Order: sequence, then C-alpha cells, then structure tokens
Amino acid sequence: MDFGFGLSPSSAVTLDRVDLSLYRKLEELNPDIRTCIACGSCSATCMAAEYSGMSVRKLILNIQRGADVSKMLSCCMLCGKCTMVCPRGINTRKVILDCCRYFK
Amino acid sequence: MKESVVIIGGGIAGMETAASLLELGYSPILVEQSDHLGGHVASWYRLFPDMTPASEVVASLKSRLDGVTVFLETGIQFINRLRDGYNVMLSNGVSIVAKAVVMATGFKLFEAAKKEEYGYGIYDRVITNRDLEKWFSGIPDERIPSAPWNIGFVHCVGSRDVKAGNTQCSKVCCMTAIKQAIEMKEKFPDAEVYCFYMDLRLFGKKYEDFYISAQKDYGIHFLRGRVSEVSETIDGRLLVKAEDTLSGRPVKINMDLLVLMSGMLCNPAAASIASMVKAGADDSGFLRSRDNVTGVVESERKGLFFAGACTGAKTVPETIAEARSAALSVHNYLRRPR
Ligand SMILES: Cc1cc2nc3c(=O)[nH]c(=O)nc-3n(C[C@H](O)[C@H](O)[C@H](O)COP(=O)(O)OP(=O)(O)OC[C@H]3O[C@@H](n4cnc5c(N)ncnc54)[C@H](O)[C@@H]3O)c2cc1C
Ligand code: SF4
Ligand code: SF4
Ligand code: SF4
Repeated sequence: MDFGFGLSPSSAVTLDRVDLSLYRKLEELNPDIRTCIACGSCSATCMAAEYSGMSVRKLILNIQRGADVSKMLSCCMLCGKCTMVCPRGINTRKVILDCCRYFK
Repeated sequence: MKESVVIIGGGIAGMETAASLLELGYSPILVEQSDHLGGHVASWYRLFPDMTPASEVVASLKSRLDGVTVFLETGIQFINRLRDGYNVMLSNGVSIVAKAVVMATGFKLFEAAKKEEYGYGIYDRVITNRDLEKWFSGIPDERIPSAPWNIGFVHCVGSRDVKAGNTQCSKVCCMTAIKQAIEMKEKFPDAEVYCFYMDLRLFGKKYEDFYISAQKDYGIHFLRGRVSEVSETIDGRLLVKAEDTLSGRPVKINMDLLVLMSGMLCNPAAASIASMVKAGADDSGFLRSRDNVTGVVESERKGLFFAGACTGAKTVPETIAEARSAALSVHNYLRRPR
C-alpha cells in the first residue's frame, strides 16, 4: 500500500567525496576557471539563459561539486557573449567547448 | 626643556608615534604593559600583501626609538585632567605631567572559545589565526597534523556577529585567511585548502591580486557560506557543516585542521583609561574619535589623542600612517599659542 510517504534524497554534498576528475581536467586546460568569483555576469548576458537555464557560473560550480552538467551544455549556442563580460577574463566559451568534448 | 608627551601602548602605533614625536623635537615617554615592544605584530610571522617579515617592521621601528623613555611591564594607575594637560600615574610609581597624551592601546583578539559551535578548546584540530602565526614563527603546536588532507579557514569568527556582541567587520582577517591559506598550501602542497567566507573584503592595494593568485596559483577553494557547526569524527578528524550558498545546498566536509579567523575587538583596558578623563568608547566598542571623517586621531578632550587599532580594526600601514598623523596633531596642538 502506498501511504504517500517516502524518503527524500539528501541534497547535501560531502565535499571530500566529490568526483573532481572533470574539474581537474578542465582546470588543467583552463587554469583561469579557478578564478571565477561567481559574479553572474555570464548568465546575465546569455541569450539562452532565460529560456533554458544556461549559466556558466552554475556550470563551473556544478563541476566543482561533481554534479552532472551534460543537460546544461546542450542549451549553449556558443555565441561567446559570456566571454566578453567575464571580469576575470575567463575564456568561458572555450570552457564550454572543452566540456562538450569531454562529454562526447 | 623639551616638552614631554605620554604614549600609552608600545605596539607599532605607539612606537611610530614616539619615533615621530622624537623627530619633531619632543621628549616622548612610551608606556607598555607587556615585557616587549611591538604589540600584536611582534607575534605575527609574515605580513600581507608582500609577505614582509613582521620582525623587520618591529626592528625598524625600534631602531628609531633612541632617545625615547620606554617603560616596559608598566601600566596606568590613573590619569587626571589638569587645567592644561594631564597627570599620568604609572604602576611603577612614576608620575608624569604632560600637556598631551596619546592612547595607542590597540585591540584584543576575540576569544574563539566563545563560539562554542566551532569547538576551539574542545576539539584537538581547531586553532586560531594567532596560533597559526606562532606556529609559522617556529613554535611547535601539536594540534597541527604532519600531513593534513583538508585544511579549512573560517572567516568572521567573532566579527559581524550580533550574538558574539560585535557587529563590526575586522577588516584584516579576509586577507589574513588568504595569506595563511597560501602559506599552508606552500607547506602542504597535497592538501586541499578551503576558505569559508560570507563576503570577501579585500579592499587594499594588491589585495585582489593576492586573492587571484590564491585561486589560480595555489588552487585554494573559496566557499561562500558561514560554518554552522563542527564536530569530531570517530577517527579524530573534524566534520564541518556549512551551506554552499551559491548552489543552495548544504555541504559537509572532513577536515584535518580548522583555523578560526578571530576578529579584532577593542582592548577593554582602553575604554577604562579613557573614561578616567571623560573620553570613552562608541557603540562599536572602540575608542570614540572627535570625528570619524576628519578627526580620527583626536579625542573629544583637549590634549588627548589616539593612534592605531584602539579606534577600530586597522592594517599595519594604516596604523603607521595614523600614528604619524597623531604625532603631527600633537605637534600642532602643542605649538598653538595658549
Ligand atoms: C591574526 C592577525 C594577523 C594580522 N596580519 C596583518 C598583516 O599581515 N598585515 C597587516 O597590515 N596587518 C595585519 N594585522 C593587523 C595588525 O595586527 C594591526 O594593524 C596592529 O597590530 C595594530 O597595532 P596597534 O599598535 O594599534 O595595536 P596592538 O598591536 O594591539 O598594540 C597595542 C599595545 O598596547 C599595549 N597596551 C594595551 N593596553 C595597555 C595599557 N593599559 N597600558 C600599557 N600598555 C598597553 C599592548 O600590550 C600592546 O603592546 C593582523 C591582525 C590579526 C588579528
Ligand atoms: S556562449 Fe553559450 S553560455 Fe555563453 S552567452 Fe552564448 S549561449 Fe550563453
Ligand atoms: S562572468 Fe566569469 S567570473 Fe563571473 S560568474 Fe561567469 S565565469 Fe565566473
Ligand atoms: S575582514 Fe573578512 S573575515 Fe574579517 S570580519 Fe571582515 S568579512 Fe569577516
């Protein structure tokens, strides 16, 4: 019988158990991603953001937390606007491309 | 005869004030309660942002004190206001009459044990910024493991915290955390180093570059979220809980060492000395300046001046600049025809 109760999965992240292999690979190719300050300029300027939730800020953060980013990547049009606004000079478009290559 | 000026507190603020007044032709009397000059800076190892050895700063200030009367291990018994000046009674029985007095009594570090949830004094692997500076200077500390995997820095301990009784930002601890994180990464290149911050306040020249270098060259992780609690694991490590506020998810992490960035509070002795001459502290707890914009080094009382961290959290260069400014204000005050 289903009483409508269930255990909700924990949303907590145990940082020292996160799989950082993708992040390590990415930071090797783009050491600048370490300097992201989560300012959100990239997401604010992104034409795909309002329709798809695309956000380079979240992409970098999710990779650092070991979360899956493949769905997000498919929303990017590779227009490069985000790269133009990043105050840390991160080549965000290349970061996205490198991620796509890794997932292929 | 040269005019005497009493300076209370022999930290860098008091030393610079005394040295500058000596150079201006006065006869400064420097009163320090501990057995050495240099105050807190004497217990730091290297200073941000250039990693200058703190001992060099103290030594160069000391070298300019030849001609200053220095009383060590001496406190203030009482101060009386006279018609034109002050009568200062020292704990060693010496009584001084001076037209001007400079308070350079500095700050007091927040007692980290008061934030019980962080476990300072309870768990073996929790230390403070001060403990780490001492260890860098070569004093052994058995709480620091020989091969840590994860090291955490907790920002704003006892600062920006109504419950800790201090709403002020201590200003230097974000930079100190980054400096110490870099120093730990240099000592333990294989360790992961995390800074748990609420805001990063890196306001000075070269500070942002220091931060970028910590991120890029040292791979230090910055996690925006205040540590909520710390507990000990069965194998003697620490379990640290916070929220990763940027992803909106709670995080947990096992740590081998946690460093608490204790904040700067006003030295309580300062307020009680100031109150003897009807000056006092403002609601920040620090000494009340005549004006926080144009008269930081002046008190509301004629002939009583302030220098350094007794009026608020300050960096070393700010403290030194203010001490020079206090010396000049004393000079202009004493020169004025009366
Ligand atoms: C962990 C930490 C690291 C820091 N690192 C840096 C850094 O890298 N770079 C930087 O720019 N700044 C740094 N700072 C800030 C720096 O420590 C202060 O700017 C500096 O100590 C202020 O000097 P001060 O002389 O005003 O006060 P203090 O250093 O507090 O000196 C006050 C002196 O007055 C004496 N005194 C107090 N009351 C009396 C009394 N009643 N009678 C007689 N004597 C008295 C005390 O014994 C002491 O010697 C750091 C601060 C902290 C907390
Ligand atoms: S490159 Fe992709 S993420 Fe960047 S602005 Fe264009 S669509 Fe958005
Ligand atoms: S614009 Fe640059 S620094 Fe800002 S969140 Fe995006 S990637 Fe990070
Ligand atoms: S300087 Fe940074 S760590 Fe220190 S109280 Fe201010 S915000 Fe917190």
